[in-house]
Amino acid sequence: MTSDSIKNNRNKNKNMTKWFSDISFLRESQIMKIHYITGVGALFVVAIHIMMRLIMPFNMSLEFENVILNYKNIFYALLLESILVLIAIHGFNGLRVILLELRQTQIWERGVNILVIVAMIGIIAYGTRTIIIANGFSLG
Amino acid sequence: MKIFKKDKTKKITNERSLEIERERSNKSTSSSSSSNQKSKKLRIFRINAVQNPNDVPHFDEFQVPVKRWTTVLDALLDAKSYQDSSIGIRYSCRMASCGSCGMKINGIPRLACYTKISDLDTNTITCEPLPNFPYIRDLVTDFSQFFAHHRSVMPFIQNKKADIPDVNELSEYEQSPQDLDKFLQFSYCIKCGLCYSACPTVATDLKFPGPQALSQAYRYYADSRDSDKSNRLKVIDTSHGIWRCHFAGSCSNVCPKGVDPALGIQLLRSHLLGISNSEKKIAKLQDRSNNNSYREELEEEEEEEEK
Amino acid sequence: MTSATSAKRIDDNNKNDRTNREGLRGWLNPLTYGWERVSYWFQRLTGIFLLVYFIGHVYETSSLVSGPDAWAAMLELTQTVGGHLFLILVIGASTLHTVNGIRLIFTQSGQGLGKPGRPDYPYDPTSVNNKQRSGLWIAFILAAVAMLYGANVLFSGE
Repeated sequence: MTSDSIKNNRNKNKNMTKWFSDISFLRESQIMKIHYITGVGALFVVAIHIMMRLIMPFNMSLEFENVILNYKNIFYALLLESILVLIAIHGFNGLRVILLELRQTQIWERGVNILVIVAMIGIIAYGTRTIIIANGFSLG
Repeated sequence: MKIFKKDKTKKITNERSLEIERERSNKSTSSSSSSNQKSKKLRIFRINAVQNPNDVPHFDEFQVPVKRWTTVLDALLDAKSYQDSSIGIRYSCRMASCGSCGMKINGIPRLACYTKISDLDTNTITCEPLPNFPYIRDLVTDFSQFFAHHRSVMPFIQNKKADIPDVNELSEYEQSPQDLDKFLQFSYCIKCGLCYSACPTVATDLKFPGPQALSQAYRYYADSRDSDKSNRLKVIDTSHGIWRCHFAGSCSNVCPKGVDPALGIQLLRSHLLGISNSEKKIAKLQDRSNNNSYREELEEEEEEEEK
Repeated sequence: MTSATSAKRIDDNNKNDRTNREGLRGWLNPLTYGWERVSYWFQRLTGIFLLVYFIGHVYETSSLVSGPDAWAAMLELTQTVGGHLFLILVIGASTLHTVNGIRLIFTQSGQGLGKPGRPDYPYDPTSVNNKQRSGLWIAFILAAVAMLYGANVLFSGE
């Protein structure tokens, strides 16, 4: 590998890190529009999620078999996935807003941006794992 | 927070001040307005941050005579004149026009000249420098951060057509009263800094322009003489820009001139969200020269632009 | 040194000066400035609380994949009086955050705030009016109702 290509690769990596940490592909107004839309969206899906707890006596609705049956319904699984995505985006962006207002050094701001994106992806991945496994769970 | 724990209250009770107090009370009892004469305690925040950066802030207490119409500035000047001439205060017009005497009075940012002691309804009046402004001395604070934010939103009309080098062709804009009313309220800002000191975001965010600067951004955005619309929105659409306002309304609650910065900020944000109609009709430039050649040129330019 | 360069020097020196910034005291001061500040305080507080709950809830439900025993053990944590009270707080916080959030979306879009005009003494600001404030009061009322309903469901188990 020539020194030029190494340099180019380094610059590419640097740019990628900057791109990732600055979320520079979105303007703040676009991020906040997403924040509002995910908030309103979450309202509807969470409302359905809570209603599902009330279609039978509350304690019964939380019994293992009943919960697994819920997860086995593909529409309900999709609903849970959308709750996961919408609230993760809305919640962690809210956290980003709060943390950005707290300190204003470049390291802090980049750190916050990276942290919230990683946390967002992490929680969505972890929740999706539960949904997928529970969806394929055999009740014997 | 740390500094308030270290507060040590000094009581200025030297003989001279007591003597003045006695003299005044004697005078007032003989006058017809004696019933209005009362005495209140003034607690003043003291620091000399410029000469001694390690100076520990403390409060000094002064007994000052007050009448029904005495303002906090009157009381401060009384204490400065007769008890301690070293008290640092910034003031000028004494009529809420210059915006110099902003300070935190009994926990809320207010103009000292515009706050009557009788309205405060307390026996002790505590005066502190405006929060969120670095100290200079006592009640005098440093406005350079505040003005830097004000400058950052380009608080001036920008219109390429207005750049007329020939003074004989000095022109004016046609602006209807309706167009004027869209921004007039925000142009009453006296830059006193009260909104900036009340804002919870400014309390921690150094890069946030603050309510004053953002409301001025709207003032120029809404002005029909200004044509630099997109650039104005770009300046404030950043991670520390207009979106860090959460409509806590504190700025509008403390504004002494009815500017209502929170309203300006939300209206500006509605343009950014694309909810309000962002089609602004730019005011026409009037030609005051005798010939109409300039007007014709402008019309031609407009036609070309439309095409 | 010209006045412009001198002003620039002052700006550069003071750009990062945090002296006398109120800091978190400024955030956590809900009572001095009126209802909108109370709303700001609650919205922020409930937001953080709900995010923490959301993470906990995703973790809690992940016990499903470990079978009925793990699920029952996890569920037991919320089947106590303390667990019920915590869930009632979650119900209240989510209702308040949602209803007040909808109000804030409207106000932050310039709706319900009045129009700019010519201010006159005593300079009451048009934006901090009862019309938009009523959204916050409704949020408080609905949160209280939701908490009562939640308490009824949780403690009766029905």
